[in-house]
Amino acid sequence: MSFRTIKRHFRESGKSLTRNGWMTFASISAVTVTLLLVGVFFVIMMNLNHIADNIQKDVEIRVHLDPSADAANKELIGQKINQITAVDSAKFSPKEKELTNLIKDMGSDGKTFKLFEQDNPLSDVYVVKTKKPTDVIKTAKTIEKYQYVQSVKYGQGYVEKMFNVVEVARNIGIVLIIALLFTAMFLISNTIKITIVARRREIEIMRLVGATNSFIRWPFFLEGAWLGILGAIVPIAVIAGVYSYIYDTVGKNIQIKFVELLQVNPFIIQISIILVLLGALIGVWGSVMSVRKFLKV
Amino acid sequence: MIEMSQVNKTYPNGVTALNGINIKIDKGEFVYVVGPSGAGKSTFIKLMYREEKPTTGTITVNGVQLSKLRNTRVPLFRRNLGVVFQDYKLLPTLTVFENVAYAMEVVEEHPKDIKKRVMEVLDLVGLKHKARMLPTELSGGEQQRVSIARSIVNSPQVVIADEPTGNLDPETSWEIMNILEAINNRGTTVVMATHNRDIVNNLKRRVIAIESGRIVRDEQQGEYGYEL
Ligand SMILES: Nc1ncnc2c1ncn2[C@@H]1O[C@H](COP(=O)(O)OP(=O)(O)OP(=O)(O)O)[C@@H](O)[C@H]1O
Ligand SMILES: [Mg+2]
Repeated sequence: MSFRTIKRHFRESGKSLTRNGWMTFASISAVTVTLLLVGVFFVIMMNLNHIADNIQKDVEIRVHLDPSADAANKELIGQKINQITAVDSAKFSPKEKELTNLIKDMGSDGKTFKLFEQDNPLSDVYVVKTKKPTDVIKTAKTIEKYQYVQSVKYGQGYVEKMFNVVEVARNIGIVLIIALLFTAMFLISNTIKITIVARRREIEIMRLVGATNSFIRWPFFLEGAWLGILGAIVPIAVIAGVYSYIYDTVGKNIQIKFVELLQVNPFIIQISIILVLLGALIGVWGSVMSVRKFLKV
Repeated sequence: MIEMSQVNKTYPNGVTALNGINIKIDKGEFVYVVGPSGAGKSTFIKLMYREEKPTTGTITVNGVQLSKLRNTRVPLFRRNLGVVFQDYKLLPTLTVFENVAYAMEVVEEHPKDIKKRVMEVLDLVGLKHKARMLPTELSGGEQQRVSIARSIVNSPQVVIADEPTGNLDPETSWEIMNILEAINNRGTTVVMATHNRDIVNNLKRRVIAIESGRIVRDEQQGEYGYEL
Protein backbone atom coordinates (compact mmCIF):
# COMPACT_ATOMS: atom_id res chain seq x y z
CA MET A 1 0.00 0.00 0.00
CA SER A 2 1.47 3.34 -1.02
CA PHE A 3 1.75 6.34 1.29
CA ARG A 4 -0.70 8.12 -0.99
CA THR A 5 -3.29 5.42 -0.42
CA ILE A 6 -2.74 5.54 3.35
CA LYS A 7 -3.37 9.27 3.23
CA ARG A 8 -6.45 8.60 1.14
CA HIS A 9 -7.79 6.12 3.70
CA PHE A 10 -7.32 8.64 6.52
CA ARG A 11 -9.06 11.37 4.54
CA GLU A 12 -11.87 9.01 3.58
CA SER A 13 -12.42 7.80 7.16
CA GLY A 14 -12.71 11.40 8.36
CA LYS A 15 -15.20 12.31 5.64
CA SER A 16 -17.22 9.21 6.37
CA LEU A 17 -17.81 10.40 9.94
CA THR A 18 -19.53 13.57 8.82
CA ARG A 19 -21.35 11.87 5.95
CA ASN A 20 -22.94 9.23 8.13
CA GLY A 21 -24.35 11.84 10.49
CA TRP A 22 -26.62 10.29 13.05
CA MET A 23 -25.06 6.86 12.63
CA THR A 24 -21.78 8.36 13.78
CA PHE A 25 -23.60 9.92 16.70
CA ALA A 26 -25.25 6.62 17.64
CA SER A 27 -21.95 4.74 17.54
CA ILE A 28 -20.16 7.38 19.58
CA SER A 29 -22.96 7.29 22.15
CA ALA A 30 -22.66 3.53 22.48
CA VAL A 31 -18.93 3.81 23.03
CA THR A 32 -19.45 6.67 25.48
CA VAL A 33 -21.86 4.70 27.65
CA THR A 34 -19.57 1.67 27.63
CA LEU A 35 -16.44 3.62 28.46
CA LEU A 36 -18.17 5.56 31.21
CA LEU A 37 -19.05 2.29 32.91
CA VAL A 38 -15.64 0.79 32.26
CA GLY A 39 -13.97 3.97 33.50
CA VAL A 40 -15.92 4.09 36.75
CA PHE A 41 -15.17 0.45 37.27
CA PHE A 42 -11.47 0.99 36.65
CA VAL A 43 -11.33 3.85 39.11
CA ILE A 44 -12.92 1.69 41.79
CA MET A 45 -10.75 -1.33 41.05
CA MET A 46 -7.50 0.57 40.96
CA ASN A 47 -8.24 2.37 44.20
CA LEU A 48 -9.15 -0.92 45.78
CA ASN A 49 -5.84 -2.37 44.68
CA HIS A 50 -4.10 0.68 46.05
CA ILE A 51 -5.77 0.16 49.41
CA ALA A 52 -4.88 -3.51 49.36
CA ASP A 53 -1.28 -2.56 48.60
CA ASN A 54 -1.26 -0.22 51.57
CA ILE A 55 -2.46 -3.00 53.80
CA GLN A 56 0.27 -5.21 52.47
CA LYS A 57 2.84 -2.57 53.24
CA ASP A 58 1.54 -1.74 56.68
CA VAL A 59 0.49 -5.02 58.17
CA GLU A 60 3.24 -6.60 60.21
CA ILE A 61 3.44 -9.21 62.92
CA ARG A 62 5.13 -8.20 66.12
CA VAL A 63 6.54 -11.21 67.92
CA HIS A 64 7.22 -10.44 71.60
CA LEU A 65 9.88 -12.67 73.12
CA ASP A 66 9.88 -14.07 76.62
CA PRO A 67 12.34 -12.20 78.95
CA SER A 68 13.83 -15.54 79.99
CA ALA A 69 15.12 -16.24 76.45
CA ASP A 70 18.87 -15.99 76.11
CA ALA A 71 20.80 -14.81 73.04
CA ALA A 72 20.97 -18.29 71.51
CA ASN A 73 17.19 -18.83 71.95
CA LYS A 74 16.51 -15.49 70.30
CA GLU A 75 18.79 -16.37 67.42
CA LEU A 76 17.04 -19.70 66.96
CA ILE A 77 13.57 -18.11 66.88
CA GLY A 78 14.80 -15.68 64.23
CA GLN A 79 16.05 -18.56 62.09
CA LYS A 80 12.79 -20.49 62.48
CA ILE A 81 10.72 -17.47 61.46
CA ASN A 82 12.84 -16.91 58.38
CA GLN A 83 12.32 -20.52 57.35
CA ILE A 84 8.55 -20.05 57.02
CA THR A 85 7.88 -19.73 53.25
CA ALA A 86 5.23 -17.04 53.63
CA VAL A 87 7.65 -14.75 55.49
CA ASP A 88 9.23 -11.93 53.55
CA SER A 89 11.44 -10.43 56.28
CA ALA A 90 11.99 -10.64 60.02
CA LYS A 91 13.81 -7.82 61.79
CA PHE A 92 15.04 -8.08 65.34
CA SER A 93 14.31 -5.05 67.49
CA PRO A 94 15.84 -5.14 71.02
CA LYS A 95 13.78 -3.83 73.91
CA GLU A 96 15.98 -0.72 74.24
CA LYS A 97 15.05 0.30 70.72
CA GLU A 98 11.39 -0.48 71.39
CA LEU A 99 11.47 1.92 74.33
CA THR A 100 13.11 4.68 72.30
CA ASN A 101 10.45 4.24 69.61
CA LEU A 102 7.72 4.35 72.21
CA ILE A 103 9.08 7.55 73.74
CA LYS A 104 9.31 9.08 70.28
CA ASP A 105 5.77 8.03 69.36
CA MET A 106 4.28 9.46 72.54
CA GLY A 107 5.74 12.88 71.90
CA SER A 108 5.68 15.18 74.94
CA ASP A 109 3.99 12.52 77.08
CA GLY A 110 6.91 10.23 76.30
CA LYS A 111 9.08 11.89 78.89
CA THR A 112 7.40 9.98 81.70
CA PHE A 113 8.56 6.75 80.14
CA LYS A 114 12.17 7.87 80.46
CA LEU A 115 11.99 6.60 84.03
CA PHE A 116 11.87 3.07 82.64
CA GLU A 117 15.26 3.37 81.00
CA GLN A 118 16.85 1.91 84.14
CA ASP A 119 14.52 -1.08 84.31
CA ASN A 120 12.94 -1.68 80.88
CA PRO A 121 9.61 -3.58 81.18
CA LEU A 122 9.30 -4.10 77.41
CA SER A 123 10.36 -7.23 75.60
CA ASP A 124 12.56 -7.87 72.61
CA VAL A 125 10.56 -8.02 69.39
CA TYR A 126 10.81 -9.59 65.97
CA VAL A 127 9.01 -7.47 63.36
CA VAL A 128 7.80 -9.92 60.71
CA LYS A 129 6.45 -9.06 57.27
CA THR A 130 4.76 -11.63 55.07
CA LYS A 131 4.97 -11.78 51.28
CA LYS A 132 1.21 -11.69 50.93
CA PRO A 133 -1.05 -9.82 53.37
CA THR A 134 -3.44 -12.75 53.46
CA ASP A 135 -0.77 -14.93 55.05
CA VAL A 136 -0.52 -12.72 58.14
CA ILE A 137 -3.02 -14.57 60.28
CA LYS A 138 -1.74 -18.05 59.49
CA THR A 139 1.89 -17.05 60.00
CA ALA A 140 1.11 -15.32 63.28
CA LYS A 141 -0.62 -18.46 64.56
CA THR A 142 2.43 -20.58 63.62
CA ILE A 143 4.92 -18.31 65.33
CA GLU A 144 2.75 -18.07 68.43
CA LYS A 145 3.44 -21.74 69.18
CA TYR A 146 7.24 -21.38 69.30
CA GLN A 147 9.03 -21.69 72.62
CA TYR A 148 10.09 -18.39 74.23
CA VAL A 149 7.45 -16.49 72.30
CA GLN A 150 5.42 -14.52 74.79
CA SER A 151 2.80 -13.08 72.44
CA VAL A 152 2.08 -12.20 68.85
CA LYS A 153 0.41 -8.97 67.78
CA TYR A 154 -0.88 -8.12 64.29
CA GLY A 155 -3.95 -5.98 64.88
CA GLN A 156 -6.17 -8.97 65.53
CA GLY A 157 -9.76 -8.45 64.45
CA TYR A 158 -8.92 -5.29 62.57
CA VAL A 159 -6.87 -7.08 59.93
CA GLU A 160 -9.46 -9.81 59.50
CA LYS A 161 -12.19 -7.23 58.96
CA MET A 162 -10.06 -5.37 56.44
CA PHE A 163 -9.42 -8.49 54.46
CA ASN A 164 -13.13 -9.20 54.40
CA VAL A 165 -13.88 -5.76 53.05
CA VAL A 166 -11.29 -6.09 50.32
CA GLU A 167 -12.53 -9.56 49.44
CA VAL A 168 -16.14 -8.45 49.14
CA ALA A 169 -15.19 -5.40 47.13
CA ARG A 170 -13.16 -7.53 44.73
CA ASN A 171 -16.09 -9.89 44.22
CA ILE A 172 -18.35 -6.95 43.48
CA GLY A 173 -15.73 -5.83 41.01
CA ILE A 174 -15.81 -9.15 39.20
CA VAL A 175 -19.61 -9.06 38.99
CA LEU A 176 -19.34 -5.51 37.66
CA ILE A 177 -16.83 -6.56 35.02
CA ILE A 178 -19.15 -9.29 33.73
CA ALA A 179 -22.18 -7.02 33.70
CA LEU A 180 -20.13 -4.43 31.91
CA LEU A 181 -18.88 -6.76 29.23
CA PHE A 182 -22.42 -7.81 28.49
CA THR A 183 -23.60 -4.23 28.31
CA ALA A 184 -20.75 -3.29 26.00
CA MET A 185 -21.35 -6.24 23.72
CA PHE A 186 -25.07 -5.55 23.57
CA LEU A 187 -24.67 -1.86 22.80
CA ILE A 188 -22.00 -2.33 20.19
CA SER A 189 -23.60 -5.27 18.41
CA ASN A 190 -26.83 -3.28 18.22
CA THR A 191 -25.14 -0.32 16.63
CA ILE A 192 -23.35 -2.64 14.24
CA LYS A 193 -26.61 -4.24 13.20
CA ILE A 194 -27.91 -0.85 12.15
CA THR A 195 -24.71 -0.05 10.30
CA ILE A 196 -24.63 -3.35 8.47
CA VAL A 197 -27.79 -2.63 6.53
CA ALA A 198 -26.46 0.71 5.39
CA ARG A 199 -23.05 -0.69 4.50
CA ARG A 200 -23.98 -3.92 2.73
CA ARG A 201 -24.84 -2.20 -0.54
CA GLU A 202 -21.85 0.11 -0.35
CA ILE A 203 -19.41 -2.75 0.06
CA GLU A 204 -21.01 -4.68 -2.81
CA ILE A 205 -20.61 -1.69 -5.08
CA MET A 206 -17.00 -1.14 -4.00
CA ARG A 207 -16.15 -4.71 -4.92
CA LEU A 208 -17.98 -4.35 -8.23
CA VAL A 209 -15.79 -1.42 -9.25
CA GLY A 210 -12.59 -3.25 -8.35
CA ALA A 211 -11.81 -2.47 -4.71
CA THR A 212 -9.82 -5.19 -2.95
CA ASN A 213 -10.82 -6.30 0.53
CA SER A 214 -8.04 -4.41 2.23
CA PHE A 215 -8.85 -1.25 0.29
CA ILE A 216 -12.43 -1.47 1.52
CA ARG A 217 -11.48 -2.43 5.04
CA TRP A 218 -8.98 0.29 5.92
CA PRO A 219 -11.26 3.33 5.94
CA PHE A 220 -13.74 1.33 8.01
CA PHE A 221 -11.00 0.40 10.51
CA LEU A 222 -9.91 3.98 10.85
CA GLU A 223 -13.48 5.18 11.08
CA GLY A 224 -14.05 2.73 13.91
CA ALA A 225 -10.96 3.99 15.67
CA TRP A 226 -12.15 7.60 15.38
CA LEU A 227 -15.57 6.65 16.72
CA GLY A 228 -13.94 4.98 19.71
CA ILE A 229 -11.58 7.86 20.41
CA LEU A 230 -14.37 10.43 20.10
CA GLY A 231 -16.50 8.26 22.36
CA ALA A 232 -13.80 8.42 25.03
CA ILE A 233 -13.94 12.21 25.39
CA VAL A 234 -17.05 12.50 27.53
CA PRO A 235 -16.15 9.62 29.89
CA ILE A 236 -12.68 11.07 30.44
CA ALA A 237 -14.07 14.52 31.18
CA VAL A 238 -16.72 13.18 33.55
CA ILE A 239 -14.39 10.84 35.39
CA ALA A 240 -11.64 13.44 35.71
CA GLY A 241 -14.12 15.99 37.06
CA VAL A 242 -15.91 13.74 39.49
CA TYR A 243 -12.76 12.01 40.69
CA SER A 244 -10.97 15.28 41.42
CA TYR A 245 -14.02 16.44 43.33
CA ILE A 246 -14.22 13.26 45.38
CA TYR A 247 -10.50 13.31 46.02
CA ASP A 248 -10.58 16.93 47.20
CA THR A 249 -13.68 16.82 49.40
CA VAL A 250 -14.59 13.33 50.52
CA GLY A 251 -11.08 11.88 50.42
CA LYS A 252 -9.78 14.43 52.89
CA ASN A 253 -12.50 13.76 55.44
CA ILE A 254 -11.95 10.04 55.63
CA GLN A 255 -9.06 9.48 57.93
CA ILE A 256 -8.92 5.72 58.20
CA LYS A 257 -5.31 4.70 58.02
CA PHE A 258 -5.40 2.47 54.92
CA VAL A 259 -8.14 4.21 52.99
CA GLU A 260 -6.25 6.64 50.87
CA LEU A 261 -7.27 7.41 47.28
CA LEU A 262 -4.82 7.45 44.40
CA GLN A 263 -3.47 10.90 43.61
CA VAL A 264 -5.37 12.74 40.89
CA ASN A 265 -2.36 13.69 38.81
CA PRO A 266 -0.83 10.54 37.38
CA PHE A 267 -3.98 8.50 37.92
CA ILE A 268 -6.36 10.48 35.72
CA ILE A 269 -3.80 10.54 32.91
CA GLN A 270 -3.43 6.76 33.16
CA ILE A 271 -7.20 6.31 33.09
CA SER A 272 -7.48 8.63 30.09
CA ILE A 273 -4.91 6.67 28.13
CA ILE A 274 -6.61 3.40 29.01
CA LEU A 275 -10.02 4.74 27.95
CA VAL A 276 -8.76 6.13 24.64
CA LEU A 277 -7.05 2.85 23.79
CA LEU A 278 -10.08 0.86 24.88
CA GLY A 279 -12.36 3.12 22.84
CA ALA A 280 -10.22 2.70 19.73
CA LEU A 281 -10.18 -1.04 20.30
CA ILE A 282 -13.97 -1.27 20.69
CA GLY A 283 -14.46 0.90 17.62
CA VAL A 284 -12.12 -1.08 15.42
CA TRP A 285 -13.58 -4.34 16.68
CA GLY A 286 -17.08 -3.11 15.84
CA SER A 287 -16.03 -2.08 12.34
CA VAL A 288 -14.21 -5.32 11.70
CA MET A 289 -17.27 -7.30 12.73
CA SER A 290 -19.64 -5.25 10.59
CA VAL A 291 -17.46 -5.34 7.48
CA ARG A 292 -16.19 -8.91 7.73
CA LYS A 293 -19.51 -10.48 6.75
CA PHE A 294 -19.54 -8.78 3.39
CA LEU A 295 -16.03 -9.50 2.29
CA LYS A 296 -16.10 -12.87 0.59
CA VAL A 297 -12.75 -14.59 0.76
CA MET B 1 -11.67 -11.26 -25.84
CA ILE B 2 -14.82 -12.84 -24.40
CA GLU B 3 -15.39 -16.52 -24.93
CA MET B 4 -17.98 -18.91 -23.50
CA SER B 5 -18.06 -22.60 -24.23
CA GLN B 6 -20.75 -25.06 -23.17
CA VAL B 7 -21.93 -22.72 -20.43
CA ASN B 8 -24.88 -23.74 -18.27
CA LYS B 9 -26.24 -21.81 -15.35
CA THR B 10 -28.71 -23.24 -12.90
CA TYR B 11 -29.54 -21.07 -9.89
CA PRO B 12 -29.65 -22.69 -6.44
CA ASN B 13 -33.47 -22.58 -6.55
CA GLY B 14 -33.37 -24.93 -9.56
CA VAL B 15 -34.12 -22.40 -12.30
CA THR B 16 -31.97 -23.03 -15.36
CA ALA B 17 -31.25 -19.57 -16.74
CA LEU B 18 -28.71 -20.53 -19.41
CA ASN B 19 -28.34 -23.75 -21.34
CA GLY B 20 -25.40 -24.67 -23.62
CA ILE B 21 -24.10 -21.21 -24.46
CA ASN B 22 -21.21 -20.94 -26.95
CA ILE B 23 -20.14 -17.47 -27.96
CA LYS B 24 -17.10 -15.53 -29.04
CA ILE B 25 -16.91 -11.75 -28.98
CA ASP B 26 -13.84 -10.10 -30.49
CA LYS B 27 -11.98 -6.97 -29.53
CA GLY B 28 -13.70 -3.78 -30.66
CA GLU B 29 -17.09 -5.35 -31.33
CA PHE B 30 -20.40 -3.76 -30.37
CA VAL B 31 -22.91 -6.40 -29.32
CA TYR B 32 -26.59 -6.17 -28.40
CA VAL B 33 -28.04 -8.97 -26.29
CA VAL B 34 -31.81 -9.18 -26.83
CA GLY B 35 -34.62 -11.51 -25.87
CA PRO B 36 -37.86 -11.69 -23.92
CA SER B 37 -38.05 -11.02 -20.22
CA GLY B 38 -36.66 -13.91 -18.19
CA ALA B 39 -34.69 -15.27 -21.16
CA GLY B 40 -31.38 -15.11 -19.33
CA LYS B 41 -29.82 -11.86 -20.61
CA SER B 42 -28.86 -10.51 -17.20
CA THR B 43 -27.48 -13.89 -16.21
CA PHE B 44 -25.38 -13.91 -19.41
CA ILE B 45 -24.04 -10.43 -18.54
CA LYS B 46 -23.40 -11.30 -14.88
CA LEU B 47 -21.32 -14.32 -15.85
CA MET B 48 -18.98 -12.02 -17.79
CA TYR B 49 -18.04 -9.87 -14.80
CA ARG B 50 -18.08 -12.81 -12.43
CA GLU B 51 -21.07 -11.69 -10.40
CA GLU B 52 -22.32 -15.24 -11.00
CA LYS B 53 -20.37 -18.43 -11.69
CA PRO B 54 -21.45 -20.91 -14.38
CA THR B 55 -22.67 -24.30 -13.19
CA THR B 56 -20.70 -25.96 -15.98
CA GLY B 57 -18.62 -24.73 -18.91
CA THR B 58 -15.74 -22.29 -19.26
CA ILE B 59 -15.64 -18.52 -19.63
CA THR B 60 -12.60 -16.48 -20.61
CA VAL B 61 -12.62 -12.68 -20.42
CA ASN B 62 -9.57 -10.56 -21.27
CA GLY B 63 -7.47 -13.70 -21.18
CA VAL B 64 -8.60 -14.62 -17.65
CA GLN B 65 -10.25 -17.98 -17.21
CA LEU B 66 -12.98 -17.17 -14.70
CA SER B 67 -13.39 -20.63 -13.19
CA LYS B 68 -9.78 -20.45 -12.02
CA LEU B 69 -10.21 -16.98 -10.49
CA ARG B 70 -10.08 -16.88 -6.70
CA ASN B 71 -12.60 -14.69 -4.90
CA THR B 72 -9.92 -12.37 -3.53
CA ARG B 73 -8.69 -11.71 -7.07
CA VAL B 74 -12.11 -10.88 -8.50
CA PRO B 75 -11.75 -7.13 -7.78
CA LEU B 76 -8.41 -7.09 -9.61
CA PHE B 77 -10.04 -8.78 -12.62
CA ARG B 78 -12.88 -6.25 -12.64
CA ARG B 79 -10.45 -3.36 -12.97
CA ASN B 80 -9.99 -4.24 -16.64
CA LEU B 81 -13.72 -4.21 -17.14
CA GLY B 82 -16.23 -1.37 -17.17
CA VAL B 83 -19.66 -2.38 -15.92
CA VAL B 84 -22.77 -0.23 -16.30
CA PHE B 85 -25.67 -1.31 -14.12
CA GLN B 86 -29.34 -0.83 -14.78
CA ASP B 87 -29.78 0.38 -11.21
CA TYR B 88 -26.62 2.54 -11.52
CA LYS B 89 -24.99 1.23 -8.30
CA LEU B 90 -23.60 4.57 -7.23
CA LEU B 91 -22.29 5.05 -3.70
CA PRO B 92 -25.04 7.15 -2.10
CA THR B 93 -22.81 9.11 0.25
CA LEU B 94 -20.29 10.15 -2.38
CA THR B 95 -20.61 13.02 -4.83
CA VAL B 96 -20.66 12.47 -8.58
CA PHE B 97 -16.97 13.31 -8.76
CA GLU B 98 -16.08 11.00 -5.84
CA ASN B 99 -18.09 8.13 -7.29
CA VAL B 100 -16.18 8.23 -10.54
CA ALA B 101 -12.89 8.91 -8.76
CA TYR B 102 -13.39 5.84 -6.56
CA ALA B 103 -12.69 3.48 -9.46
CA MET B 104 -9.36 5.25 -9.96
CA GLU B 105 -8.43 5.46 -6.27
CA VAL B 106 -8.83 1.72 -6.13
CA VAL B 107 -5.97 1.31 -8.60
CA GLU B 108 -3.90 3.84 -6.63
CA GLU B 109 -3.67 6.49 -9.30
CA HIS B 110 -2.12 9.83 -8.48
CA PRO B 111 -4.70 12.38 -7.16
CA LYS B 112 -3.71 14.87 -9.85
CA ASP B 113 -4.28 12.31 -12.60
CA ILE B 114 -7.55 11.29 -10.96
CA LYS B 115 -8.82 14.85 -10.95
CA LYS B 116 -7.89 15.45 -14.57
CA ARG B 117 -9.27 12.16 -15.88
CA VAL B 118 -12.51 12.27 -13.88
CA MET B 119 -13.31 15.75 -15.17
CA GLU B 120 -12.53 14.50 -18.67
CA VAL B 121 -15.04 11.65 -18.56
CA LEU B 122 -17.63 13.77 -16.76
CA ASP B 123 -17.28 16.21 -19.62
CA LEU B 124 -17.76 13.34 -22.07
CA VAL B 125 -21.07 12.34 -20.44
CA GLY B 126 -22.06 16.00 -20.07
CA LEU B 127 -22.07 16.18 -16.28
CA LYS B 128 -19.03 18.32 -15.53
CA HIS B 129 -21.22 21.00 -14.00
CA LYS B 130 -22.85 18.54 -11.59
CA ALA B 131 -19.62 17.02 -10.27
CA ARG B 132 -20.26 18.11 -6.69
CA MET B 133 -23.81 16.81 -6.44
CA LEU B 134 -24.94 13.64 -4.70
CA PRO B 135 -26.56 10.82 -6.73
CA THR B 136 -29.91 11.50 -5.03
CA GLU B 137 -29.86 15.01 -6.46
CA LEU B 138 -29.69 13.69 -10.03
CA SER B 139 -32.31 12.37 -12.47
CA GLY B 140 -32.25 8.73 -13.55
CA GLY B 141 -30.59 9.54 -16.86
CA GLU B 142 -27.95 11.60 -15.15
CA GLN B 143 -27.21 8.83 -12.66
CA GLN B 144 -26.90 6.40 -15.55
CA ARG B 145 -24.38 8.71 -17.18
CA VAL B 146 -22.37 8.83 -13.95
CA SER B 147 -22.40 5.05 -13.94
CA ILE B 148 -21.09 5.06 -17.52
CA ALA B 149 -18.44 7.65 -16.66
CA ARG B 150 -17.24 5.42 -13.84
CA SER B 151 -17.19 2.35 -16.08
CA ILE B 152 -14.89 3.99 -18.63
CA VAL B 153 -12.69 6.12 -16.39
CA ASN B 154 -9.91 3.52 -16.26
CA SER B 155 -10.08 3.02 -20.05
CA PRO B 156 -11.06 -0.66 -19.86
CA GLN B 157 -10.84 -2.96 -22.86
CA VAL B 158 -14.44 -4.08 -22.37
CA VAL B 159 -17.57 -2.25 -21.26
CA ILE B 160 -20.52 -4.40 -20.21
CA ALA B 161 -23.95 -2.87 -19.70
CA ASP B 162 -27.26 -4.38 -18.56
CA GLU B 163 -30.13 -2.30 -19.90
CA PRO B 164 -28.29 1.02 -19.68
CA THR B 165 -31.32 2.76 -21.16
CA GLY B 166 -33.90 0.75 -19.27
CA ASN B 167 -35.43 3.55 -17.23
CA LEU B 168 -34.85 6.41 -19.60
CA ASP B 169 -36.95 8.37 -22.09
CA PRO B 170 -36.08 8.00 -25.81
CA GLU B 171 -34.12 11.23 -26.00
CA THR B 172 -31.93 10.47 -22.97
CA SER B 173 -31.53 6.91 -24.22
CA TRP B 174 -30.02 8.22 -27.42
CA GLU B 175 -27.64 10.43 -25.45
CA ILE B 176 -26.44 7.35 -23.60
CA MET B 177 -26.10 5.43 -26.87
CA ASN B 178 -24.03 8.20 -28.39
CA ILE B 179 -21.64 7.94 -25.47
CA LEU B 180 -21.39 4.15 -25.78
CA GLU B 181 -20.86 4.44 -29.52
CA ALA B 182 -18.11 6.97 -28.97
CA ILE B 183 -16.41 4.62 -26.53
CA ASN B 184 -16.72 1.78 -29.02
CA ASN B 185 -15.21 3.92 -31.76
CA ARG B 186 -12.06 4.19 -29.67
CA GLY B 187 -11.63 0.44 -29.84
CA THR B 188 -13.42 -0.59 -26.67
CA THR B 189 -15.54 -3.72 -26.83
CA VAL B 190 -19.15 -3.00 -25.80
CA VAL B 191 -21.71 -5.62 -24.78
CA MET B 192 -25.17 -4.44 -23.81
CA ALA B 193 -28.39 -6.19 -22.94
CA THR B 194 -31.41 -4.21 -24.04
CA HIS B 195 -35.14 -4.18 -24.72
CA ASN B 196 -34.88 -1.02 -26.78
CA ARG B 197 -36.11 -1.93 -30.25
CA ASP B 198 -35.71 1.58 -31.62
CA ILE B 199 -32.02 1.68 -30.76
CA VAL B 200 -31.20 -1.82 -32.00
CA ASN B 201 -32.92 -1.22 -35.32
CA ASN B 202 -31.43 2.20 -35.94
CA LEU B 203 -27.87 1.83 -34.65
CA LYS B 204 -27.20 -1.48 -36.37
CA ARG B 205 -24.68 -3.77 -34.75
CA ARG B 206 -24.21 -7.44 -33.96
CA VAL B 207 -27.30 -8.89 -32.26
CA ILE B 208 -27.32 -11.98 -30.05
CA ALA B 209 -30.85 -13.15 -29.23
CA ILE B 210 -31.43 -15.37 -26.22
CA GLU B 211 -34.66 -17.28 -25.58
CA SER B 212 -35.21 -19.64 -22.67
CA GLY B 213 -31.50 -19.75 -21.94
CA ARG B 214 -30.37 -20.58 -25.48
CA ILE B 215 -28.87 -18.46 -28.22
CA VAL B 216 -31.44 -18.52 -31.02
CA ARG B 217 -29.92 -15.91 -33.33
CA ASP B 218 -26.54 -14.28 -33.83
CA GLU B 219 -26.33 -11.76 -36.68
CA GLN B 220 -24.02 -8.99 -37.69
CA GLN B 221 -26.07 -5.80 -38.39
CA GLY B 222 -29.06 -7.57 -36.85
CA GLU B 223 -32.59 -6.48 -36.02
CA TYR B 224 -34.34 -6.39 -32.67
CA GLY B 225 -36.83 -8.93 -33.97
CA TYR B 226 -39.50 -8.87 -31.27
CA GLU B 227 -42.82 -7.09 -31.18
CA LEU B 228 -43.35 -4.86 -28.15
N1 LIG C 1 -30.46 -14.73 -8.36
C1 LIG C 1 -31.36 -15.58 -8.96
N2 LIG C 1 -31.78 -16.66 -8.28
C2 LIG C 1 -32.65 -17.51 -8.86
N3 LIG C 1 -33.16 -17.36 -10.07
C3 LIG C 1 -32.78 -16.30 -10.80
C4 LIG C 1 -31.86 -15.36 -10.28
N4 LIG C 1 -31.65 -14.41 -11.20
C5 LIG C 1 -32.41 -14.75 -12.26
N5 LIG C 1 -33.07 -15.88 -12.04
C6 LIG C 1 -33.96 -16.57 -12.97
O1 LIG C 1 -33.24 -16.86 -14.13
C7 LIG C 1 -34.01 -16.61 -15.29
C8 LIG C 1 -33.31 -15.60 -16.18
O2 LIG C 1 -33.25 -14.34 -15.51
P1 LIG C 1 -32.51 -13.09 -16.11
O3 LIG C 1 -32.50 -12.05 -15.06
O4 LIG C 1 -31.20 -13.51 -16.63
O5 LIG C 1 -33.48 -12.68 -17.28
P2 LIG C 1 -33.43 -11.43 -18.24
O6 LIG C 1 -33.33 -11.96 -19.61
O7 LIG C 1 -32.39 -10.48 -17.79
O8 LIG C 1 -34.87 -10.78 -18.02
P3 LIG C 1 -35.29 -9.24 -18.08
O9 LIG C 1 -35.36 -8.88 -19.51
O10 LIG C 1 -36.64 -9.21 -17.46
O11 LIG C 1 -34.25 -8.47 -17.31
C9 LIG C 1 -35.36 -16.12 -14.80
O12 LIG C 1 -36.25 -17.22 -14.84
C10 LIG C 1 -35.12 -15.70 -13.37
O13 LIG C 1 -36.25 -15.96 -12.59
MG1 LIG D 1 -32.32 -8.52 -16.96
